[in-house]
Amino acid sequence: MSDYRIKGETGEWEVVIGLEVHAQVTSNAKLFSGAATAFGAEPNTQVSLIDAAMPGMLPVPNRECIRQAVRTGMAIEAQINKWSRFDRKNYFYADLPQGYQISQLYHPLVGEGSLTIAADEKAGIPGDKVIGIERIHVEQDAGKLMHDQHPTMSYVDLNRSGVALMEIVSRPDMRSPAEAGAYVRKLRSILRYVGSCDGNMEEGSMRADVNVSVRKPGDEFGTRTETKNVNSVRFVMAVIEGEAKRQVELIESGGTVVQETRLYDPDRNETRSMRSKEDAHDYRYFPDPDLLPLELDDAFLAECRESLPELPDAKRARYLAAGISPYNADVLTAEVEAARWFDTLLEAGAKPVAAANWVTSELFGALNRMGRDISDSPVSPAHAAELLGLVADGTISGTIAKAVFEKMLESGDAAGVIVERDGLKQTSDTGAIEAEIAKILTANADKVEQYKGGKEALFGFFVGQTMKAMQGKANPQVVNELLKKALG
Amino acid sequence: MTDLTNLTVAQIRDGHRAGDFSAVEVAEAFNANVAGAKALNAFIVETPEHALAAAKAADADRSAGTLKPLSGVPIGMKDLFATNGVQTTAASHMLEGFVPRYESTVSAKLWDAGCGMLGKLNLDQFAMGSSNETSYFGNVISPWKRNDGGNAALAPGGSSGGSSSAIAARLCPAATGTDTGGSIRQPAAFVGISGIKPTYGRCSRWGIVAFASSLDQAGPMARDVMDCAIMLENMAGFDPKDATSLDMAVPNWEAALSSDLKGKKVGIPKEYRLEGIDPDIDAMWDAGIAMLKDAGAEVVEISLPHTKYALPAYYIIAPAEASSNLARYDGVRYGLRDLPQGAGLQDMYAATRADGFGPEVKRRIMIGTYVLSAGFYDAYYTQAQKVRTLIARDFEQAFASCDVILAPTAPSAAFGLGEKTADPLSMYLNDVFAVPASLAGLPAMSVPAALNREGLPLGLQIIGKAFDEQGVLNAGLAIEERAGFNARAEKWW
Repeated sequence: MSDYRIKGETGEWEVVIGLEVHAQVTSNAKLFSGAATAFGAEPNTQVSLIDAAMPGMLPVPNRECIRQAVRTGMAIEAQINKWSRFDRKNYFYADLPQGYQISQLYHPLVGEGSLTIAADEKAGIPGDKVIGIERIHVEQDAGKLMHDQHPTMSYVDLNRSGVALMEIVSRPDMRSPAEAGAYVRKLRSILRYVGSCDGNMEEGSMRADVNVSVRKPGDEFGTRTETKNVNSVRFVMAVIEGEAKRQVELIESGGTVVQETRLYDPDRNETRSMRSKEDAHDYRYFPDPDLLPLELDDAFLAECRESLPELPDAKRARYLAAGISPYNADVLTAEVEAARWFDTLLEAGAKPVAAANWVTSELFGALNRMGRDISDSPVSPAHAAELLGLVADGTISGTIAKAVFEKMLESGDAAGVIVERDGLKQTSDTGAIEAEIAKILTANADKVEQYKGGKEALFGFFVGQTMKAMQGKANPQVVNELLKKALG
Repeated sequence: MTDLTNLTVAQIRDGHRAGDFSAVEVAEAFNANVAGAKALNAFIVETPEHALAAAKAADADRSAGTLKPLSGVPIGMKDLFATNGVQTTAASHMLEGFVPRYESTVSAKLWDAGCGMLGKLNLDQFAMGSSNETSYFGNVISPWKRNDGGNAALAPGGSSGGSSSAIAARLCPAATGTDTGGSIRQPAAFVGISGIKPTYGRCSRWGIVAFASSLDQAGPMARDVMDCAIMLENMAGFDPKDATSLDMAVPNWEAALSSDLKGKKVGIPKEYRLEGIDPDIDAMWDAGIAMLKDAGAEVVEISLPHTKYALPAYYIIAPAEASSNLARYDGVRYGLRDLPQGAGLQDMYAATRADGFGPEVKRRIMIGTYVLSAGFYDAYYTQAQKVRTLIARDFEQAFASCDVILAPTAPSAAFGLGEKTADPLSMYLNDVFAVPASLAGLPAMSVPAALNREGLPLGLQIIGKAFDEQGVLNAGLAIEERAGFNARAEKWW
């Protein structure tokens, strides 16, 4: 249970949150036309006759969009409806050429499912929590109005008109901004694993309508408001925080929350009313007569299921079972690209725990420094596996490995080549090490006395001196053993 | 030399193939008739050059031995079909001047088959009407007159009134029509020609200005049954661009035409016997029954119990779909834009749509908007869909005991222009026999059967099982052969 509460004058209030996430389906073509969907194209260059709603044009469902929505449904273990139908949502707006949006009101493609957000003590999520997902339906996106092109006119760009969206509707199961943030992040992660949405919130590929209400703990749900088109996790959390406070203050000052649609202004970090329930549209939904009901056969569903990759929860469990720490498992599974990279590293023979530590500290640190993504890491998983292998079999020490990695980043050469070329191989030649130890003990007779007198912490000093004398190439274990022997 | 404009599609095709005349001669003869028939107002746009170009190509193809199925046949194109480079209006002010950059699937098929286009035919605005009196471009006049010595201008039926009038007046040997609730069959009956609405999905709707998507279906209108078969063969076929298109092979209907109905059963629906109907209609129907018996068919009485609910259901479903289909005409991207001084978006919508749509179109948009509104949806739209299901079931059950159904096409002969415009309900009643087959998506055709006591043509309707256009055409042929209908309107225009 979340203990997130708004402290009002009349006591504590609980926040109830539901999210409708619109995720743009990854597909080369639009939901009902063959037009392209690339982001950032010149206005009105990706518009077919159908998208412009020319007279006599007809929609034909794009199988790939349906497939992606079904795979997404399977990834949240939802019921997949083998029979679904498209409805028309009728309203007039200049960015909606048909005068209706083709959507699914009555019979969505995907029914009841859920996802789990992981415990995060620091964020106030004490345990794993299951968030219900009511449905996923498929619908068309609208075009875009541009108001800054002309002093008195608005321009319309229809590139986005007809692009396929999944609307993913959660249950009102979240109770804090942190939970909502975790939900959006988890959902985004799943979508990206599945490959059904690129999750790019800056480009608008994913945006959320945020439903918020407040109540005294244990009471019935309060009246909710819906804040439209919020396009980052941070903003989702800010909207909830601000809107919950606004509602509490409103109620405590004698007002009532009205069911309404609100807009978020990120610059002022506040929401304002867009329209109330009274002037809400009557959308006159009815089945689209241009389209037959969508019927999915078993072979199609089987293909969808078989094509699903290992999902974040399963991957995390596998990493934990391999001994990887929960923190590292979270870091490695959050982004699909990192997880894939790491899996390739494991396949190349790296030991899981050492590999996880190395990736999350050394590799991520280096990438961060260089401002690069893991997808364009200068070091390949194969080269990384070789490096880790040299450490594991004692060929080089961890310290030398760091230096070798730096050289790999610079030159792109393989670890083995660098070690060989620069003579970095670690030595276990006891004779050479013993000779150095003897010199060091002689030169530091006073410290030897102190050590023998009980100051055992000096052991580290002798190790350091020996390693230095060996130019870092001595096998630390061998050094330890020989020193212990020499110090008696 | 014979008047080429009296020839049927089959005669033109075969005569051209045989070298009896050139396609250019045919096109010129029809172009001349079109040019001389302005009084009928059957065409919104005349395209003599298109007809001539196709004719020249047909003559060249004949020389080269590469004749196409309809080489040399000029036709009329209902102005609901988008034609590349030729104004396409749906007879509305809204689309006046709209020139598509695309060609409807059906018209493209006909051009590919060798047809030429004589022009774009007038119709009821957005195909909404039963008399061709709702066109923005003026009424179409039927070539027919009553034999009462009066000179009343008669309706050619609707919505394919330009098509029916033009064929009856020999302005074209055949034309395309569309049928949503009788728009091919009723005008065909009114002017003494044939017309078939195939099974829903046979002809692609791609590029046809939509009225009611779940009902709209293209079909041919021509002077006889064989021409309908020939034309339909060249219009039908699966189209991946129309999600409701039937993915079935197109049969060779012409080759399989047979008026021998031995072993066939003809159903006579008792619910179509209307109290107080014109006795000439009943008499024609009885005569039709006798003709089919004569052709070897067995006649059985059938029941279609939900018939009386068909018209009300139709006038909910069709306007509901229309109210949404016509939302795209908003002045934003093409067609009429009425932008009053200082107007905002909502004002532009209101002004554009007030100006661009005629009264009947507005009436249906209003009805459709109403029946889909929150609070009324279940009482109207949902209920109407249930009725539609029941009507389809009626037919299914009836077809368990018969192969085709015979009924009148319309409850009356052609009426005078202006006689019904004041009372939309009496106008809607004209579709009472046509609408049930539309709701069930079944193939149905009208063939001319008799003249009434006023000397006006009456049509008989044959309704068939889904996909059984052949059965419909064969029964139509049996009537055609026996009715011997060869009356034609005396030229006054």
